Amino acid sequence: MVFLGGQVLPGNVGRAILGPFADQRAVDALNHTLGVDRPLLTQYATWIWNFVRGDMGTSYIFRSPVAPFVIDALGNSMKLAAVAFVLVVPIGILGGVIAALNLNRPLDRIISLGGLSVTVLPEFVTGIILILIFGVWLRWLPISAAWPKNAGFFTQLYYLILPSLPLFLVLFGYIARMARSGMIEALDSDYTRTAVLKGLPWRTVIWRHVLRNALLPTITVIATQTGYLIGGLVVIETLFRYQGIGSLIFTAARGKDFPMLESGILTIGIVYAVATLIADFLYSVLNPRIRLGSDQ
Amino acid sequence: MSAVQTTSPAQDDTRRRSPLAEVLFSLMRSRTFLVGLAIVLFWVACALFGEHFAPYDPLADDIINALAPPSSEHWFGTDQIGRDVFSRVIVGSRDILTVAPLATLLATVAGTALGLLTGYFRGIVDDVVSRILEAFMAIPVVIVALLAIVALGTSKTTVIIVIGLSFAPIIARTVRSAVLAERELDYVAAAQLRHESALHTMFVEILPNVIPPILVETTVRLGYAIFAVATLSFMGFGIQPPSPDWGLSISSNYGMIGGGFWWTVLFDALAIASLVIGVNLVADGVHGALND
Repeated sequence: MVFLGGQVLPGNVGRAILGPFADQRAVDALNHTLGVDRPLLTQYATWIWNFVRGDMGTSYIFRSPVAPFVIDALGNSMKLAAVAFVLVVPIGILGGVIAALNLNRPLDRIISLGGLSVTVLPEFVTGIILILIFGVWLRWLPISAAWPKNAGFFTQLYYLILPSLPLFLVLFGYIARMARSGMIEALDSDYTRTAVLKGLPWRTVIWRHVLRNALLPTITVIATQTGYLIGGLVVIETLFRYQGIGSLIFTAARGKDFPMLESGILTIGIVYAVATLIADFLYSVLNPRIRLGSDQ
Repeated sequence: MSAVQTTSPAQDDTRRRSPLAEVLFSLMRSRTFLVGLAIVLFWVACALFGEHFAPYDPLADDIINALAPPSSEHWFGTDQIGRDVFSRVIVGSRDILTVAPLATLLATVAGTALGLLTGYFRGIVDDVVSRILEAFMAIPVVIVALLAIVALGTSKTTVIIVIGLSFAPIIARTVRSAVLAERELDYVAAAQLRHESALHTMFVEILPNVIPPILVETTVRLGYAIFAVATLSFMGFGIQPPSPDWGLSISSNYGMIGGGFWWTVLFDALAIASLVIGVNLVADGVHGALND
């Protein structure tokens, strides 16, 4: 399984993330059509070897090793992303499930249309509107994500609610939509009908039969959304002045700090790869049909 | 032909309408589409004729009246150097409505060509091109844009190219799957038997038949392109000052949001929101009409 992961991931993600960066090192100009060819895999190998050993190069701007900056920033971004995910996954799935159980009724319309509308809005637009409502008018939440030094867990959490909301809104639409269509399909299936005809209580049917099958595609969507999330983090961290990996990449790009930029992008590439791997793993654990090794 | 046209009008109504008229007819009955179209047309009108009905010059500063809250004189207030926010919001539609459609056009042309090639030839061409396209799709647009702008510098052209090329693979994928279904049909075999060139078969025979999915995908992408252009402008990587562009205005004013100067950013944010939602409503309508 590890071998499989190693085979698949560089092809899908590592190469993709590496492509632009490797070109840039070579010619310092981006040629997008090239850069995802085989020789780059070897470059990728050397780069990742240095990277694994903790050698990320030296920042041009700060004149000190890149690694501590990247690690700090990654930690901060993870906190933000974690808050967003912890909020959005249950609520998104719940929204989708409720919509599917009320198919074509007003509640479904509200959830589907509302989800779709907030999903298509740029994060900084929803971010600005949320800042105005909760930060400026109601004064419930701080408008910057920079918490005071030595802030405890709950203070940090308090500062992270507002920045995570725009990410929440964008993800909510996707997750709810996937959960909804998964539910509709599962509710319509033969095994659900069998379960109902067996005389099982509706609640048991939903929990044991429908949900398990309905949520499988949703898990994949959640994993692929990490890719999106990284793009979203760049915007959100800039808007809320948060020292995360997104704002690190942004600052590095503006200051042409290549080692910093490359390390930042490679880091998110790895995060993306790990997320994909976890999703594949979860998928196989939850789906008995492709549970690996069980047929032997 | 004349015999055909003498059939009863009742039959006419359901059968004899051309496919195009059919689609237009169902579009005109779609409330989603009409609302979306109204919003989009409003902003297009602002982009074209904005300066004629904007009350002030969007670029004229007036330091004495800086940061004035909304009033009867300045409906949406003034920004930090006294420019009229209402006029800026009206005229600010111009740049985004130039850049985003051009980027979408580029994405559609490139994506359609790639989709036709991969779907038609399959085999090795498909494998190689598809892998490269998949790799592209894995990188967030914002990251691609950051790198491209580092390498190429900021300009509207860069933004158009970056967004166009980032979206092309997605359109290519849609076109490819449509072409895969289409190339098994008899008319393609007939064209091949006539020894038509591959290019002729692709662009003259197949292309007209895969227009509907391309049209849907293009309208959807336009929504995302507006999203992307606005975001890049906000990040300082897109449209440059002194344009009254919405994303740009928000980025230069949101620093003062803590001071309570909400009018300097709210209307720009709402403008972007309305345009994005409008385009998505149109896309939804087109999708519905073509899939009936």
